[in-house]
Amino acid sequence: MATAAVGPETRVHYLNVDYGIKSWLLTTDHKRIAVLYLVSITLFFFVGGAAAALMRLNLIEPNGALVEPATYNKLFSIHGIIMVFFFMIPSIPAVLGNFLVPMMIGARDLAFPRLNLLSWYIFMAGGALCMYAVIAGGVDTGWTFYTPLSTTYLNSNVMSAALGVFVAGFSSILTGLNFVVTIHKMRAPGMTWFRMPLFLWAMYATSIIQILGTPVLAITLALVGLERLFHVGIFDPAVGGDPILFQHLFWFYSHPAVYIMILPSMGVISELVTCFAKKRIFGYSFVAFSSVAIAAISFLVWGHHMFVSGQSIYAGIIFSALSFAVAIPSAIKVFNWTATLYKGSISYQAPMLYALGFIGLFTMGGLTGLFLATLAVDTHVHDTYFVVGHFHYIMVGGAVMGYLGGIHYWWPKITGRLYPDGWARLAAAIIFIGFNLTFFPQYMLGYLGMPRRYAVYPPEFQVLNVMSSAGASILGVGYLIPLVYMLWSLRYGPVAGPNPWGAKGLEWLTPSPPPTENFEKTPVVTEEAYAYGAKEGAVG
Amino acid sequence: MADSHASTPLAHQFEDLEQQHEAASLGMWIFLATEVMFFGGLFAGYTIYRNLYMPGFDVGSHLLNVTIGAVNTAVLICSSLTMALGVRAAQLGKRHALLTFLILTMALGLAFILIKLALEWRHDYLEGFAPGLNFTFAGPNAKSVELFFCFYFAMTGVHALHMVVGMGVLSVLLVLAWKGHFGPERYNAVETAGLYWHFVDIVWIFLFPLLYLIGGRY
Repeated sequence: MATAAVGPETRVHYLNVDYGIKSWLLTTDHKRIAVLYLVSITLFFFVGGAAAALMRLNLIEPNGALVEPATYNKLFSIHGIIMVFFFMIPSIPAVLGNFLVPMMIGARDLAFPRLNLLSWYIFMAGGALCMYAVIAGGVDTGWTFYTPLSTTYLNSNVMSAALGVFVAGFSSILTGLNFVVTIHKMRAPGMTWFRMPLFLWAMYATSIIQILGTPVLAITLALVGLERLFHVGIFDPAVGGDPILFQHLFWFYSHPAVYIMILPSMGVISELVTCFAKKRIFGYSFVAFSSVAIAAISFLVWGHHMFVSGQSIYAGIIFSALSFAVAIPSAIKVFNWTATLYKGSISYQAPMLYALGFIGLFTMGGLTGLFLATLAVDTHVHDTYFVVGHFHYIMVGGAVMGYLGGIHYWWPKITGRLYPDGWARLAAAIIFIGFNLTFFPQYMLGYLGMPRRYAVYPPEFQVLNVMSSAGASILGVGYLIPLVYMLWSLRYGPVAGPNPWGAKGLEWLTPSPPPTENFEKTPVVTEEAYAYGAKEGAVG
Repeated sequence: MADSHASTPLAHQFEDLEQQHEAASLGMWIFLATEVMFFGGLFAGYTIYRNLYMPGFDVGSHLLNVTIGAVNTAVLICSSLTMALGVRAAQLGKRHALLTFLILTMALGLAFILIKLALEWRHDYLEGFAPGLNFTFAGPNAKSVELFFCFYFAMTGVHALHMVVGMGVLSVLLVLAWKGHFGPERYNAVETAGLYWHFVDIVWIFLFPLLYLIGGRY
């Protein structure tokens, strides 16, 4: 902690190198762009969260406690669109990925810094279009924009919402492109592929999905727009078009998109588990290649969203089998993290609590995914709250826990300050409890047959719905606490020093917050990742 | 391409020119992969409906003007040649040749767009082939003919939009080339723009047979 005497204020770093709104809006520094994304997606998170809160309030009573059914349709659509496209997908890649990809490989910046800034502007333009759709009266297609509902029957703001998602997609594509080029071409001397932190393998796999999947969503939404404007009818049965084609094209992106959301979190967990168990990762290459395997298989499972849509039974069987296959690399990761914990010297600081929460909740979400991949069971639980419970265990229990764990882990690096660990642990516990109380009853509701996306329900479902709503209020408190102490720590938190966790990895070798150029001189890597237990600077 | 305006050829994040060149080139190839997926969605839809509604698609294909399509194919192939020669001129630092080839490429691109707009689309519209606007074709397979024209306008429209973007990129390059911006140490922007131009060309090479020739009149 010798460097702690030199506080963050006395040294020039990326945050204080320049002041003023212009220095932020025109920055090409990947670290500053990461902060821009952090602020933006936090705002979107609370917009999407507010919609969810209103939905849960409404569902306290069987006949709807708060809003008209038409308004309820808009609430779940806004919740889905904002949370998927403007929070989950950019969350870890655009914030932590932007900050960490160059630092972890020992580079000064991403390969295309101006393209990176452009990505943020494109993202904000897409977000503005979607927020316009919300303010102008809402959109009620659900986040899936299914035709012919979205093209023929609805008069809400489908065009601006779809255009917003279309535009934001290019931000995702360009971010992925930037990461792939950076990881390929800009690794520091000695940073071989198999010395890279597993977070980078996860980011690489995620980027591949962003690059190859997102354009398909773009053309699909463009065709929806064409159909609404000119009634050209590529998806319109009246002209011989097929709505199922829309579903195929939509899920060709949107199922891999699920892995855009979860893979980065898996990468974060590999960093957290090794650091707080002070141990090498168990089976490095298995964890690394399982990310690539998930990305590859993710493109071959989209049909499991369409088991009851009129897809042929043979396609259904194949998609079912392939969906089981994607569980294998996911399970490899869970087993390897668990094996890493074995005989580790584990410390339960806040990021580790999120990591452990992730492993448990992701496992539950993954296992219920196997229920849904089973053809016969899916016929029973399709489009029920069982599905809602399943993907919230993956997206919120998994991806958001990983994101929060990562934010807590790298917060001292990003800001140079430590947050109060006691409060952080308390918040992690509240989130874990609130999350389970919110979403476990939804599994039960779905299994009992309550369909998703309805504003009203039979009275016998009320107890479980009230439990879920109570859990949501606890979860909401859990999300607000970190917002408060994180902001508090910016001014009053203790100075962190370069490496508060005793972690391995290039990003911890440079001061916190890092200088604009990241490293005084380009680092030379001489050891494998996670060389915990090895002597400092030992040759690996 | 992102940093072609920097005052020195080497942007600060790179170690050397070779790394910078490789990064720019890889970046464009990855972007082209996204373009393949973007057009891929359209091609997949076209293939499915062409198999479902073969007779109507044949009728629709016969209603297109093969001669104009063939002329435009030739125009685009020539523009790819001039683009490739332009990249070579940039690498060798021949400013005058680069300017000539860029102007030629843009002229051919403009010719393509004008032929498309003024001769083809205008004609199709006047004949009543525009779905959603004035589709008036009557016949046994009128619905599938309309679907064919949906794809025809969507695919050639998206392609033409890519041509327009390409023209915009080339006009920026033209200004930079005029100022003597390019040379043996700095030609990434021309090369990557060339890759993009060739890609748009290749998309047309697939569109032409699919839309114009597939109706069985070879």
